[in-house]
Formats: sequence, structure tokens, C-alpha cells
Amino acid sequence: MINEKNKIRKAFDTPNKKAFIVFMTAGDPDADSTVRFVLEAEKAGADLVEIGIPFSDPTAEGVVIQDANIRALKNGMTTDGAFDIVRRIREQSQIPICFMTYCNPVFHYGYDRFFTRCEELGVDGIILPDLPYEEKEEVEGPANAHNVALISMIAPTSEERIQMVAREARGFIYVVSSMGVTGVRSEIKTDLASIVESIRQVTDVPCAVGFGISTPEQAKKMAALSDGSIVGSAVVKIIAAEGAGAAPKLHEYISAMKKAVEET
Amino acid sequence: MSKGRYGIHGGQYIPETLMNELIRLEEAYEKYKKDPEFCAELEELLNKYAGRPSLLYYAEKMTKDLGGAKIYLKREDLNHTGSHKINNVLGQALLAKKMGKTRLIAETGAGQHGVATATAAALLGMECEIYMGKEDTDRQALNVYRMELLGAKVHPVTTGTMTLKDAVNETMREWTNRVNDTHYCLGSVMGPHPFPMIVRDFQSVISREAREQILKEEGKLPAAVVACVGGGSNAMGAFYNFIPDKEVELIGCEAAGKGVDTAFTAATIATGTLGIFHGMKSYFCQDENGQIAPVYSISAGLDYPGIGPEHANLHDTGRAQYVPITDDEAVDAFEYLARTEGIICAIESAHAVAHVLKIAKNYRPDQSIIVCVSGRGDKDVAAIARYRGVDIHD
Repeated sequence: MINEKNKIRKAFDTPNKKAFIVFMTAGDPDADSTVRFVLEAEKAGADLVEIGIPFSDPTAEGVVIQDANIRALKNGMTTDGAFDIVRRIREQSQIPICFMTYCNPVFHYGYDRFFTRCEELGVDGIILPDLPYEEKEEVEGPANAHNVALISMIAPTSEERIQMVAREARGFIYVVSSMGVTGVRSEIKTDLASIVESIRQVTDVPCAVGFGISTPEQAKKMAALSDGSIVGSAVVKIIAAEGAGAAPKLHEYISAMKKAVEET
Repeated sequence: MSKGRYGIHGGQYIPETLMNELIRLEEAYEKYKKDPEFCAELEELLNKYAGRPSLLYYAEKMTKDLGGAKIYLKREDLNHTGSHKINNVLGQALLAKKMGKTRLIAETGAGQHGVATATAAALLGMECEIYMGKEDTDRQALNVYRMELLGAKVHPVTTGTMTLKDAVNETMREWTNRVNDTHYCLGSVMGPHPFPMIVRDFQSVISREAREQILKEEGKLPAAVVACVGGGSNAMGAFYNFIPDKEVELIGCEAAGKGVDTAFTAATIATGTLGIFHGMKSYFCQDENGQIAPVYSISAGLDYPGIGPEHANLHDTGRAQYVPITDDEAVDAFEYLARTEGIICAIESAHAVAHVLKIAKNYRPDQSIIVCVSGRGDKDVAAIARYRGVDIHD
């Protein structure tokens, strides 16, 4: 079962109870950089980091994160490589960490073997965008057994499924802000307030909004509506542009975003 | 275990954004498949527009030449648009229209499913956008232009290996982007439930007709039914009504490309392992880290790293067998059928013909083999010429 050793709850235990969550792809552009970037993100104020294990066919990703997956794979990143990145981060940091990847790399590694390794290294959660409520059983059992929270996603189209999903959610709930794949958006139109309200009726598991968030204004607005903001593509864009030397720019960007979330 | 399972295979491994749409699709399908009006409308389209029933042709010259079983060709190449794809597309397009959708999107490999979808969209007055790997738009330039003539917009997909797998990725992405007015007209017996079931049902007209036709011709069931398999829609359609007839061998022919012992192959059963991809649990060509492997075949329609979940289960249970056929064997069979029977078949279908060339003599003359000629080969002529080193300035 998910117990007090799981660190996800701590990410939301900030002065205003809002979390700022950052995503980056393991091995983009290389393993050393990812270790450095995660530690820098923590220094800049990130409360939780999602580390993407690259997959050849990331069907829920927009072009920015697709490209990051390709770069990472081309540079030889593997599932074991992603575990090694976490091992190195854990030598210096206890920041809450979730993996984000697709079913196949985890299934192929073997669920039990994968989550045993997660537990050993202190990975707190797993996000699998191609694993809906209906299929979660095969993953949830082994994940729970190793104190890894299987993060549930709720989408603008979830409607009457919201409470069914939320009731069984662990760790945090990933509220998908918009239709489509990941990527920067100028406007988010979904009625997130009513989705969050519906979630609140059945669970006190925190919920964070992701997909399309890139500006401090958006981060602030989404965190105000929920318990946190998740930023992926905008961070990955900085890494794509700056490469191994992205740390200063990442620090600057994440600090500004964190500050906005703190102001809510 | 969730819905839509074939043994351990199948399921619905798809983003939450699409779940309600899949549920609505299944409900609509369950409702309309029992609706006499819908069934009559579809039958009329199949018979009066697509040209069904398709012929079961006795290939006498081939039979005499091979010296063994009587060879019958199920002529799906004679359907309107030139392949079996129209069977499924008319069903799905009509269903989508009943669901209030105004726009069809689809992936295509060789272009046959894209052409069929564009055709149905034109006929039923729907918008249509087709996603096709950039490599395939080059290999099958003629089909791209056909789709455009039919009023569809064709998006060349430049991600990944730029083939069928990537076209599926991109169509899925577009569907999560715009689902309210849009139906994803999936072209094979793959993807998340209910697609493998819906596509199989709409394609099962092939074996429903073939079973009746062979009983009428021969007075008994065939010894074997042979069909090519990429995702596996024509094979599933050709097998389905014969599955309960245990004495009928079911043989799927996979694209071995340059050979199953090379990296240039698309033979999933021969070289793949269990995995989860494109919404389903099934067998996939993948590497030691669970990354989907680049696959290769001369045939754009079979150039896919997975196989439909019902096929995976037919393999597990031993009800069907799956054999690899190389590019060389397929091209030889393509030319053989043209010369021997005057039929230029699709390079996909030539994989099935190639296997029949190998096995026909193992059967007695009082036995028969049905081979599904899933499509016609006009689209492949330029590629075959290139393969043979002939410059035809296309």
C-alpha cells in the first residue's frame, strides 16, 4: 500500500498548499544533464519532478516532447538508464519523483521488477497516459505493493467518469487541461473549476493541472483552480534550445513559474 | 480483465481523453448492428455501390500448374476502390454518420484504406483527412492523388519511421484533439476495443460469402484459407466464418521483408513479443527495452510492427498458423499470378499467393484452397518495376 514513505504528498505541503511540477525527458540531451537539470529544478523551487522514460511512439505527446523522446533514444537512453539517473539524483536530493512513460516499456521490463526498482530508488509515482481506469488493475497491484502511486488522469471529456476515476486515485490526480496532446497553448478553455469540484466531492487526493501551460499567468490560474500546475513542453523547449547548458535558463524559468504558483 | 479481450490480448490501452468516445462508439455499434434499417442500408451500399458479393474465382491454370489442391481466389480486388478496405469503411462511415459525426480521419499504409475512406466520405458527404507516412506517400504517390481527387486532405507524416505505424500515431493524436465531430475510421483489426471487433465484423462478409460460394462449387469446405496479414483485416474477414470449421486450416502470411533473420522484416508473429501499443495488448516487433522496432516490407500495407489481438489469440490457441513470406517470394508471386491468371494483385495479397505456390502440391486434387486476393495491384506496378530495375518514368 501507499504509505508515509511516499513523498508525493510533501510536494503539495507548501505554504499555500500548491505544487509546481516540472517534466523533463530522461537522457535529453544526456543522462548527466538530466541529473543536473532535476537538481537545478529543485533549487529553483520545483516541488515534484516528472521524469519521462523515452518511448519510440509517444502518442499522447505533441511535437516538442516527441522530439525530446527521439533525442534521448538516439543518445542511448533506456529504462535502466532512467533508473540510474534517479539513483544519482537520490544521492543528493529527496525531491518527490514520478516517472512518466507509456505502458510498453514498463510491461516489457516486467511490472514487478520495474516497481521493485522504483521502490529501491525512491520513485514515488508513475504516470502512464495510455493506461485508462479500465486497464489499471494489472499495473496498480504491483505499483501499490512497492509503494509507488499510479497517477490517474482526468480529461475534459471524462464527464461522468470523473468521480469513478477520482475515487480510486492515489498520489495526485493529473487533470488534463485541454483536448489533444501535450504542448504549449495560448488559451485553455476547459471548465476546470467544475472538474475539480467534482473531484473534491469524492477524494482529498490533490489534483494538478497539466497540458498546455507555459506562462506564469497560466500556472497561477491553474494552481488557483486546483492544487498545482504541471509544465512539460515549455521546459523541454528550453532544454532543446540550450542543450547541456540549459541549467541557468531552466532555473530562471522555473523560479518565475514557481513564484506565480506561490502567489495564488 | 477489461473488455474486448481475445485470450490475453486486446483491451483498451488509450488515453482517458478518448475513453468516453470509445464507450459511445461501442454502444452505437451494438445498437445499430441489430437495427434492420442500418443493416439494410449497409447491405445496399455493399451490393449496389461496392459491387458485392465478390467473385470466388476458380484459378484453373494455376491449379493445373501447381498440381495439387484446387485454387480459388476470393476476388476482393474487384470491389469498388480496389480492395477489401471498402467493406469496413462503408460500415464505419455509416455508423459514424448515425452517431452524428461529420468528419472522418484515418491512417493509411499502402493508401488503399485511405482511398476507401475518402470514397465513403465523398459518397456520404463527410469531411475527410488522411494521415500517411511520408515514405508511403512517396511509394504510393498515385493513391495520394486519388484521395485528393476524392476530396480528402492528405497529411504526410514525417515522424518516426514515416510509415503506417507513425500514421496511426498521428491519427490518434488528431482524434484526441478533435473528437466531438470526428470519427477515427480505423482500417484494421487493431487498436483499442471496440475497433478489432467492429472491423472484423464488417470484414467477415468475405468469409460469409466465401463459405457459401465454396460449398456451392465444391459441395464441401476448403482444406485451407490463406490471406496476408499486416494488422490483419482481410485475413480476419477471410478466416472468421471458418473458425468453427476445425477441419479448415487458417493460414496468415506475414511480410518477412528481406527475411526474418534480418533487421528488415515486418513479421510480427515470427519475430515479435508480447507488448502494449496502439491501444491493444498483442505481439509487436520491439527491442530489448520495449521500444517499437522499425519494420520493413516492400508492401506498405504490411509494413506494420504489430498484429491484431484476435490474430494473436488465434496464434496462441493454434487455430491459425502464421508464416513469413519474403519480398522476393511476394514479387515472384505477383508476377506469377499476372502471367498465369491475368490478375495483377496487390503486393500485399501476393504474400498470400506466394504461400499457396509453396503448399498447393501438398493437397489432393479433391481438396481446395481459398486465397484472399485482398486488393488489386495497379498501385504497385511502379514499385515492382523499380524492384526489378526497370525504369518506367512514373
